[in-house]
Amino acid sequence: MNPHAPGANPAADIDLQPVAPGSERGSLVALIQDLVFTVDHKKLGLMYFGSGLLFFVVAGIMAALMRYQLAIPNHGFLEPDVFNRLFTMHGTAMVFLVGMPMIFAFANYLIPLMIGARDMAFPRLNAFGFWIFLFSGILLFFSYIAGPGLYDAGSAPDVGWFAYSPLTARAFSRGHSTDYWTISILLGGIGSIATSINILVTIFCYRCKGMTLGRMPLLVWLYIVVAFLVVIALPPLSACQIMLLLDRFLDAKFFDTQAGGDAVLWQHFFWIFGHPEVYILILPGFAIASEVIPVFSRKPIFGYPVMVAASVMIAFISLGVWAHHMFAVGMTSFGNTFFAISTFLVAIPTGIKIFNWLGTMYGGKIRLRPPMLFCIAFLFQFLIAGLTGVMLAVAPFNWQLTDSYFVVAHFHYVLIGGLLFTIFAGVYYWYPKCTGRMLDEKLGLWHFWLFTIGFHLTFFPQHIAGFLGMPRRYYTYDAGRGWDEWNLISSIGVVIQAAGILFFVYNLLHSYFKGAKAGDDPWDAWTLEWATTSPPAEYNFEKPQVVRSRRPLWDLKHPDDPDWKYE
Amino acid sequence: MSAENVNAGQPQHFINDPADESTPWVLPSPRRVGIICLILTETALFSIFVVAYLFYIGRSLNGPFPADVLHLPVFASVCLIGSSFTIMAAEFALKKANHALFNLWWGITMLLGIIFIVYTGLEWHELIYEKNLTIRTNVFGSTFYSLVGLHASHVIVGLFLLGSVLVSSFRGKLHHDHHEHVEVISWYWHFVDAVWIVVLGVVYILSVHMDAPLMP
Repeated sequence: MNPHAPGANPAADIDLQPVAPGSERGSLVALIQDLVFTVDHKKLGLMYFGSGLLFFVVAGIMAALMRYQLAIPNHGFLEPDVFNRLFTMHGTAMVFLVGMPMIFAFANYLIPLMIGARDMAFPRLNAFGFWIFLFSGILLFFSYIAGPGLYDAGSAPDVGWFAYSPLTARAFSRGHSTDYWTISILLGGIGSIATSINILVTIFCYRCKGMTLGRMPLLVWLYIVVAFLVVIALPPLSACQIMLLLDRFLDAKFFDTQAGGDAVLWQHFFWIFGHPEVYILILPGFAIASEVIPVFSRKPIFGYPVMVAASVMIAFISLGVWAHHMFAVGMTSFGNTFFAISTFLVAIPTGIKIFNWLGTMYGGKIRLRPPMLFCIAFLFQFLIAGLTGVMLAVAPFNWQLTDSYFVVAHFHYVLIGGLLFTIFAGVYYWYPKCTGRMLDEKLGLWHFWLFTIGFHLTFFPQHIAGFLGMPRRYYTYDAGRGWDEWNLISSIGVVIQAAGILFFVYNLLHSYFKGAKAGDDPWDAWTLEWATTSPPAEYNFEKPQVVRSRRPLWDLKHPDDPDWKYE
Repeated sequence: MSAENVNAGQPQHFINDPADESTPWVLPSPRRVGIICLILTETALFSIFVVAYLFYIGRSLNGPFPADVLHLPVFASVCLIGSSFTIMAAEFALKKANHALFNLWWGITMLLGIIFIVYTGLEWHELIYEKNLTIRTNVFGSTFYSLVGLHASHVIVGLFLLGSVLVSSFRGKLHHDHHEHVEVISWYWHFVDAVWIVVLGVVYILSVHMDAPLMP
């Protein structure tokens, strides 16, 4: 009798082989249960990424609808009120439901791995942060259903993403649209603050032995700055949402100009949050670039301490530039001068950073793989975004172009050309770590070229349309003002961008099942996350790590020539 | 690998590398860093409400104005500020493992906090029912109730934290190695007190003596 036949030896049928949780790809129900109950930083990171991607697609479709409406003059595709809702939801979703979760996705997944920790400092707070973010996102979109309220007088929010007073007053925003907007942002802010406190505590209190502040990867350093900015700059947003709620529900007079309230105060409070928010979103982009560029140039980062100092300086200056969003409001000339000069100052540390990235690439053995391609495109695009930013900081120039498509082009160059491109770079770089499989290189190239071309086609012409006087947020325009062809080109670009995104999403799904096996360290990189398996086990590292330099993996691979001799 | 081997042949200044086994690796306490971050973010929140209050001084179009209705809450302020000292006494007692003394000082701290909250409740009752000042009366009412209310809600949260410590102390679950937990709560309490000093100065002193707008 065959001793290995089923039933011959009952004890042998029981699978005693221990299986590490997460090492097998289980059923869908098990997966969902796992995601709902988990407090693991890696899973929460991926959940942040997944929900951010979902909101990105939804908000992207909204943008595509608006571009279709604007493709030709006097287009009757969208009603004006529908258009107002679309740009409000697009802006709000892209900032709070795409940008914020995307930066927390990378923070969650990477920081504990990079500093050799087991998990975030407060894992349950981490899960709380994620779920309250998701709830705030659902609440925002639920306004399409529940916004009309009992009197059928509203719908989704239509007050613009910065919701200037008095548009948000009861008299001008009936129904519950603004209520959904403000409560959603209040909740999202609480989640962001909780997660940022978690990030700070994790970095300061859970570094592995030898990981001094000066040896942390630059990504970790930049996230200290980002989390600090969130902790300082999100509460003003929460405060003005609380005031708005009091105005709307308890008839308080904060922004009621007829009772001595001041509508401009909302603008100040909102932008005290709003401008640091720009750096909260772009610094993680810098963080990813600072990891990818050295590895793909085969050189350590150029000027590490200066990079850190420049980031801290950016954060510091960013707290004092908010009113450059308000030059057209009519401030004193002292106010205009102050905020113009402080805004110019941002260009100094940002320039330092760009030169340091170039310095890292200079003389390096550059590997033009997808992560590096996206980073190189980022350098060009962010330079353009920075230059138009300096132009807009000139108060008289700003008076000409405020609320024009030039501004729209500027901040899309920052947030897409800057942040989104580095997020793509980060995805191509760390996807092998998260899944154990490489993203397909050929699909990646299609994605890169389509998206880059589509991006420039869409947004570069908007600079010109803005120069020619086209205001933002108009739902249509007359023919023959010189805007027709620029808008048409802009809308064609959207189709190409969408094709690029299709390649990206298909690549994410396809490579999860069919991608080449990655191994622990496919890029020959130097930071700690590549020292563990791909995907990492739930406990991250088998034994506590000890770090002697900024490139611990280099030391491990080259014991004859370790970095710590020279640092 | 022993520390000697690692350091063999290295220049002198590498011998005390933090990665060496011989060098202790000390990191800050997560509780302390966490509460510092929380206090930082709360400070940012309060400062916006304080700025709103300052901005709206002298801008109400109709009364009652601060000078008509507010009087300096001397007793309540002494209670709240005094509670910062009693909580320090309680911490000191816990470090000395004197539990009876800890319970006494901790209880007094809570009592002082409760007196403060009761005073605020009475003050609001008077303002609303006798002086006719509500959150919708004028911008003074809106900024006053939001700033003082935000502070009072923090006192209430603090009282719950203090209460939870007292309960576990009575159940014998509090040991002197919990002094860091207690310390973190006391930092929060000190912060709430510090905010009150600002509120006192801005609301009960500055705005009572000013009738023209403070900011242009």
